[in-house]
Amino acid sequence: MNIPPSFTVKYFAWLREIIGANEEQIYLPPQANTIDDLIDHLITKDEKYLRAFEKRSLIQVAVDQEKTDANHSLIGIKEIAFFPPMTGG
Amino acid sequence: MSVRVQSEAFNLQDETNLLLHNRQDVGAVVTFTGLVRNQAQGRQITKMHLEHYPGMAEKELNHIVETAKQKWPLQAVRLIHRYGSLSPGELIVCVITVSAHRDAAFHAAQFIMDYLKTDAPFWKKEYFSDIENGEWVTAKQEDKSARENWKL
Repeated sequence: MNIPPSFTVKYFAWLREIIGANEEQIYLPPQANTIDDLIDHLITKDEKYLRAFEKRSLIQVAVDQEKTDANHSLIGIKEIAFFPPMTGG
Repeated sequence: MSVRVQSEAFNLQDETNLLLHNRQDVGAVVTFTGLVRNQAQGRQITKMHLEHYPGMAEKELNHIVETAKQKWPLQAVRLIHRYGSLSPGELIVCVITVSAHRDAAFHAAQFIMDYLKTDAPFWKKEYFSDIENGEWVTAKQEDKSARENWKL
């Protein structure tokens, strides 16, 4: 399996509000291997990403709807979601 | 299905009756219900909005219920979580655990709620009477601790 050329990236709660979209297709630069690399790429792209990922250690990540962490590989994945800590119940 | 994620209101008594229908082996039912409060830190709440991650929310809730079923002898479980716009006094979430004995029912209900708080992808936004824009609820350390305590 390879790293796909683009992913669906979803945002929730205040991250969604800062980004201004529920989801978007992100095309990857050649050097990105992990979700951390993807975030590094995004924050250079636009100021809104810089603001959204300002408290980076606080942001939670899910890959294909499974909770994971930012050093997860991008190989074979379809959907990434970023969100703040959950507050349901 | 023991897990439901929905915007519509639910009726606690109807849900309980469904679980107990035609059963005579049940000895204990524990019900927990979470509601929208009308105030937070002395400010009046006018509305709450619940956002969720469709698909992952159902998956996580199912996983939590399955884990509880492995830990305790449960005869039935119902877990309902709402999303969308809710008013003070409305029901947000309920967990109903059914068992032959009370211990399993009590523990499982608390376990499910403690895990739900930190693991189920829902986010609350509260709207207050004094400002127009809502405020996202921040996660509580005590919720994280409650979940961690189950691992001890």
